Amino acid sequence: MDQHRKAYREEAYELLTELETSLLELEETPEDEELIGRVFRAMHTIKGSGAMFGFDDIAAFTHEVETTFDQVRGGRIPVTKDLIDLTLEARDQIRKMVDGETGDEGEATRITDSFRSILSAGELSTEGPASENTIGEKEVDEGGGPSGDQLREVLYRIQFRPESGIFATGTNPARLLDELRDLGECIVVATTDNIPGLEHMDPESCYLSWDVILGTDEGENSIRDVFIFVEDNCELKVDVIDDEGGIDGPAYKRIGEILLERGEVTSEDLQKALSAQRPVGEILVETDAVKEGVVESALAEQHLVNKVRERKQEATAASSIRVAADKLDILVDLVGELVTVQASLTQKASIQGDSELLSIAEQVERLTGELRDNTMSIRMLPIGTTFSKFKRLVRDLSNELGKEVLMTTEGGETELDKTVIERLNDPLVHIIRNSIDHGIEQPDVREASGKSRKGTVSLSALHSGAHVLIKISDDGAGLDPDDIRAKSVEKGLIGPNEELTEAELFAQIFAPGFSTAKRVTDVSGRGVGMDVVKRGIETLRGSIEVESKKGTGTTITLKLPLTLAIIDGLLVEMGPDHYVIPLAVVEECIELKSEDVAESNGRHIANVRGEMVPYILLRELFHMDGEPPEIEQIAIAEVEGGRIGFVVDRVIGEHQTVIKTLGKVYRDANEFSGATILADGSVALILDVHRVLQTAEREK
Amino acid sequence: MAKVIMTADDSASVRQMVGFTLKGAGYDIVEAVDGQDALGKLNGASVNMLLTDLNMPNMDGIELIKQARSNPKYKFMPIIMLTTESQASKKQEGKAAGATGWIVKPFKPEQLVAVVKKVLG
Repeated sequence: MDQHRKAYREEAYELLTELETSLLELEETPEDEELIGRVFRAMHTIKGSGAMFGFDDIAAFTHEVETTFDQVRGGRIPVTKDLIDLTLEARDQIRKMVDGETGDEGEATRITDSFRSILSAGELSTEGPASENTIGEKEVDEGGGPSGDQLREVLYRIQFRPESGIFATGTNPARLLDELRDLGECIVVATTDNIPGLEHMDPESCYLSWDVILGTDEGENSIRDVFIFVEDNCELKVDVIDDEGGIDGPAYKRIGEILLERGEVTSEDLQKALSAQRPVGEILVETDAVKEGVVESALAEQHLVNKVRERKQEATAASSIRVAADKLDILVDLVGELVTVQASLTQKASIQGDSELLSIAEQVERLTGELRDNTMSIRMLPIGTTFSKFKRLVRDLSNELGKEVLMTTEGGETELDKTVIERLNDPLVHIIRNSIDHGIEQPDVREASGKSRKGTVSLSALHSGAHVLIKISDDGAGLDPDDIRAKSVEKGLIGPNEELTEAELFAQIFAPGFSTAKRVTDVSGRGVGMDVVKRGIETLRGSIEVESKKGTGTTITLKLPLTLAIIDGLLVEMGPDHYVIPLAVVEECIELKSEDVAESNGRHIANVRGEMVPYILLRELFHMDGEPPEIEQIAIAEVEGGRIGFVVDRVIGEHQTVIKTLGKVYRDANEFSGATILADGSVALILDVHRVLQTAEREK
Repeated sequence: MAKVIMTADDSASVRQMVGFTLKGAGYDIVEAVDGQDALGKLNGASVNMLLTDLNMPNMDGIELIKQARSNPKYKFMPIIMLTTESQASKKQEGKAAGATGWIVKPFKPEQLVAVVKKVLG
């Protein structure tokens, strides 16, 4: 604004000089209209621009002078020496004000009063050139939001019949309708009855009119503001047709009532039509009481009102109750206990071989299963609410960084366990920040590389088996493998000659202390973040993957389990103990014979149908005493994109695993994500396959 | 491609403010110092909208609107008058000459953008 104020000052000085010259010339030739015009325009500009750039005092002072010269221009006040003297004084006063001198208030008032007295002598009506600002106020309304007390949705009927010459004012009625659509849900019905035959049609005339039914909470003034420029060129009627907030009202007015209320038919016509006992609209058209388009429009009104009411009703029907989250947690715990007890009941029943007891146990099993599924579904929330929170983040961030970013979301209805969603928030924030800060380029850069100025960040969620995949993709600069390599070497994360695949290089961005941003911004680039993200996702028993192409963008995929409380597990046995491997990662189980071990020359690699699969001896890893059986079994799991086997004594089978967290005492037991209670009351530890793999690698 | 708006005003500071505001909103700006200048610069050029002051030397805004409308190319172009004179008569005169709408000085940048968006999209 300061630069504008400076420009205004410079301009004002020029104008004041011109004003002085003009006034002096005017003294010589008082009849010269051109000169009077120049004086008026100078005053006019000083005033108009003054008000715009915050020089309200100048604007107010100049107003009187301008008003006077408007009268002079109209020939109602003669140019006299007194007037010239006074105007010159006024000019000096303005000059002082532009200079920023506080000056003598009394002086300004004296000049203003003198002009006023000249004006009243000229018998001037109070209608000065700019004494009123009513339209200005209206413009302000337009920018402002809805008036506070009008927040309830009200249905309006807007009848808009533009003059045929409306196009000649450069008005596009379609834009006005678009503006109405922005105000809320609306149905627009065009009345085409006035379109003449082709031979009489003037393509530059408007023959259409529109009936709009609009549901909005913005209030009637907002609707009238839409039509502010055309109110003289059209017939406009705005009526409230449904202001009943309640939902128990009867179905909306019948078609005849609507037409009657609109003044489209008389009640006699209506009565006549009704007595014929056929669809009212049809009859009215036939009897020429109304045209077809009118009926169509009325039908649209009926339709929308009923729809809005239905929606209100649905909203009530689908009502929900709020329950404290910890009550739900307790419920889930209890269901977990029940599942455990039910398992021991089933086991006991099958041992006893009592058929009656068996059938009861089966029923309990079925009910427990349903109860478990229902309880779990209570904890499931759509991820959409989290997604919409990020819209704000994207908006603020892109503003801050001077980038143009559009965020799209998909699969917001995908449900995830409440805890997962809560703990997902921070990692997602990190990833989105990174996408916008590092990924999306500045608009000019994007334009130069042939992309649209606006970058896109899209969030999507979808179910995939027992997992939910969340993808965050951007169409930004993408990751540069060479940059990442250079940075990793510099930070000592990899050796200078280490050969890495692209995927392995990309995985480096999750290493602690890694950051490729050329400069540190407020947002990201401090090298904390992505490693935190990875840890966050891993504690949720999820995994994270990066795909990227330099120049076209990056996609980060998070794979998360549906729930944290109960999972399908594979129960295995080693010596006297039981363990659970999450079934979601297990691909197959095979046998490991001692001769296989002998053949592999001491390396821990199994031949699975021609494929070499490395394996981990869990007995060895957990330092268990005792001899393994002759034939061990391998559970082959997919971990971090590769296949790896876990060697156990015996695979028992699938097991509904109710996850119990390990207490603080066991917080160093990284290899286990929790424990579960088996049917016989004993405890089985749940393997965290990622961590087991890491531990095994470290020990090697 | 950005839409082109011509702003005709004899006040340099108003032109500067209008230009600055509308460029910021993503439009391209052509400046003209009075009606005659504006008409000369229009002369078949690709201009999507005209913002004109009413009181200008050489040729005033009303005449400019009339002249612009007489060119088939600008027959349906949105034209907004910048005016301190919200008197019905002046506005009527402008509307009769073919103006689409008006904005009353002083106005705030956001009001200007709102009006431009309203008629130009």
